[in-house]
Amino acid sequence: MAKGWAIHFKQESRNPFFLWILICTPIIYATIAYFLFRGGKDGQTLAAAAIGSAMMGIWSLTTTASAAALAQRRRAGLLELLVAAPVPFWAVLAPITIAISAVGVYSIGASLLYTRLLFGVALPIEDWPAFVAAVPASILAIGMLGFLLGAAFVRFRAAWAVGNLFEFPVWTICGLLIPIAVLPAWIEPVSWVFAPTWGMNAMRDAALGEQSAWDDIAVCLGLTVAYCVAGALLLRFFLRSALRRGTLALT
Amino acid sequence: MRRLRIFAIGGWLSYRAMFGWLNPYLFVIILLVPSVTQILFFAYLGRAAGVEDDTFYVVGNAVVAAAVPGLFGMADTITDERYTHTLSLLVVSPASRVALFLGRAAPVAVNGAVVAAFAFVVGSLLLDVSVPMSALPALGLTILVTGFSCTGLGLVNAALGLRWRESALLSNMLLYFLLLAAGVNVPLDLLPGWLSTIAQVLPVTHGVEAARDLVAGASLVDVAPLLGAELLVGTVYATVGLFFVRLFEFEGRRGASLELA
Repeated sequence: MAKGWAIHFKQESRNPFFLWILICTPIIYATIAYFLFRGGKDGQTLAAAAIGSAMMGIWSLTTTASAAALAQRRRAGLLELLVAAPVPFWAVLAPITIAISAVGVYSIGASLLYTRLLFGVALPIEDWPAFVAAVPASILAIGMLGFLLGAAFVRFRAAWAVGNLFEFPVWTICGLLIPIAVLPAWIEPVSWVFAPTWGMNAMRDAALGEQSAWDDIAVCLGLTVAYCVAGALLLRFFLRSALRRGTLALT
Repeated sequence: MRRLRIFAIGGWLSYRAMFGWLNPYLFVIILLVPSVTQILFFAYLGRAAGVEDDTFYVVGNAVVAAAVPGLFGMADTITDERYTHTLSLLVVSPASRVALFLGRAAPVAVNGAVVAAFAFVVGSLLLDVSVPMSALPALGLTILVTGFSCTGLGLVNAALGLRWRESALLSNMLLYFLLLAAGVNVPLDLLPGWLSTIAQVLPVTHGVEAARDLVAGASLVDVAPLLGAELLVGTVYATVGLFFVRLFEFEGRRGASLELA
């Protein structure tokens, strides 16, 4: 898995489309947030918006690219070989989706640098150890959510488009840029089952020092494990079904 | 007659082929659903920031929904030809380029208007935004004009696809820029002066303003100058796009780079 992750991280880091999406998404949304929050009543949330827009960039790439990961391998004629290999298939797919989200570290760098240099919004990190732990935990969580998505849509030929459906909903529900308190009350319990909610809370708390981030990190990691198990089970079910029908290369 | 056939039948087939070879459910999941989730995202962002009301975001994001088919659809008319190795065949054909590309642009522009109308209706219902019934015909016209102007920009985007392989990336960048600078989500008076000046030559800017005025009770006559400006912007982009198609096609043939760019 480590080797798979390293190979895919290098490969995805050289994809100009991925890199531009990762850099431009946070820049555009941080800019929109900057103008809106500066023009509105609340000017205190810009630092959190910088983190949130970085997380949006990571999710934006992961949701599309992870859902499409299997379709790409199917198109390249590799899917049957990978499924037939003695390595469990979840151990092949998970490093790909985690690598895709890990490339999102560029998104965090771009967002924080951009808001600091252009808008003078510095991120005052109050709890460095928690922040350093929260960043990989959040990236891992988004990667595993992408894995779950990829596994769930393994049967869809247009999985990339299905993945695209989840871009705005996850941005909204997880409170990446919008405080969850502003959303309808029924959304809050829904947001709890999304690990990025807890990852975002952890990064914000660690940066702004409002409260301890470690509880959020723990929940984030717990949900990440749950996604991994659920994704592996789904993958097993769908692959068995495809193998039985002989449709692995066709669906 | 031949030009008319290329325009109508060629354009229609090209449009249908964009949806994964005639698969209608892609239309729903690529265009319709995201247009509504985008409205909800920005409406709640606006509430959080305390800037403008829901009507502002419903109208802005519904109108800009016309840009998605315009930008991506037109770019795909080039990139998909390259992907299926038919671009060279297209380029060597004697068919009129104006008929060919305008034929491809027409259904995309109508498609953009349909998506924008859908987003407008569903967004208004979900966020309880009231629109005067008398404004609906003028709003329909505004959406159609904006769909045309976005397709004009899409034509420039498609032409650039003859020289640059990453046209999907360019489509994304243009869409992002419209979201930021065309007065869709950030009021123009909150933007720096240079950015709001650029906004005047972007598609969507005048269409959004006209749509907001109509929802606020203005008549078609009141917004006619704005619609005229939107139409002019679209026409200029479409003309520049057709010129670039010719130019880059010539360059591609000379450098034998059509399949490589």
